[in-house]
Amino acid sequence: MPTSSQVLQVFEAASQWAVPTVIMLIILTALYRKVPMYESFVTGAKEGFGGAVMIIPYLVAMLLVIKIFIASGMLDDIKYALGAVMRAVGLSGYTDSLDLLPLALTKPLSGSAARGVLLEIFDLHGPDSFLGNTASIMMGSTETTFYVMTVYFGAVNIKKLRHALPACLLADAAGIIASIVIGYVLYGHR
Amino acid sequence: MNVAQDAGLIDALSRLLRPVMRLLFPELPDNHPAQGAILMNLSANMLGLDNAATPLGLKAMRELQELNPVKDTATNSMATFLAINTAGLTVIPFTIIGYRVLRGSHDPAATVTGTWLASIVSVSVAVIASRWLSKLPQFRIPHSEVAVAAVAGDSRTNMEDNR
Repeated sequence: MPTSSQVLQVFEAASQWAVPTVIMLIILTALYRKVPMYESFVTGAKEGFGGAVMIIPYLVAMLLVIKIFIASGMLDDIKYALGAVMRAVGLSGYTDSLDLLPLALTKPLSGSAARGVLLEIFDLHGPDSFLGNTASIMMGSTETTFYVMTVYFGAVNIKKLRHALPACLLADAAGIIASIVIGYVLYGHR
Repeated sequence: MNVAQDAGLIDALSRLLRPVMRLLFPELPDNHPAQGAILMNLSANMLGLDNAATPLGLKAMRELQELNPVKDTATNSMATFLAINTAGLTVIPFTIIGYRVLRGSHDPAATVTGTWLASIVSVSVAVIASRWLSKLPQFRIPHSEVAVAAVAGDSRTNMEDNR
């Protein structure tokens, strides 16, 4: 029976080799099928660069909003209010999960801000604590939703998002709630 | 990506996963390049290759935009794609395991199973929510706009709406 760290090493090696292998496979198939590789590559690179320039204005706007939100200290107010609500409805045994709120709220906005929050949780409570483990699950099962939406829709100039935003936010909320529930089930209350 | 496409590799991959794609994106025509681009983006995300995923995702959005009858409004396929993409699909969350190692965890990979379970929940909600919300009246594409776009000569891209 291999230990989890051995399995992990295999996966890690596989992931390190994934990109070079895929690239080699592409080149070899292209050679075999006699594709004009250089022309094809240059066309693709041109498209990619155009896309990168297109998204810059959207990115600047997004990053500014994120900075303002984090600097405003609104997080603490939300946490305080939610704690009061939870105690009122008889969930006072679960208020320790509120320490995960900063992570839940920053992850959809910014990957680097969320990384800072995650490391802070690790430093304060330890990575193997209930909070550390649950934060790891939450970090892994959510994405930087607003960042991805801004960049992807910005790149093709779409301004009316219809149901895209509520659908993404529902998925995020489900991921956050699921990670807290799983955290309590697997690591809760020592 | 471009070389892979010209070599026919992307087509092979989309052929393989066509049943899944048809289920998730019923409005995409078979063999459309958007399918391949979406698959490549989701695979890169699952492997945790965030930097590789973004250009592939932008490519997918451009392909989906080709099929869009109303150019400034998101289609159902776009919303589903974004929802799945932002639901945080991962096979192994390497970066997080890395941080755990860095902070002296005794079992850095302990949270992988939990992450899978939570990801399954959020991806399922993403698919169901985007399907369900697209049918609500406030999110419907106004018919007048579709008609205007069709008259304006975009009839070639109209197929997504008529399916």
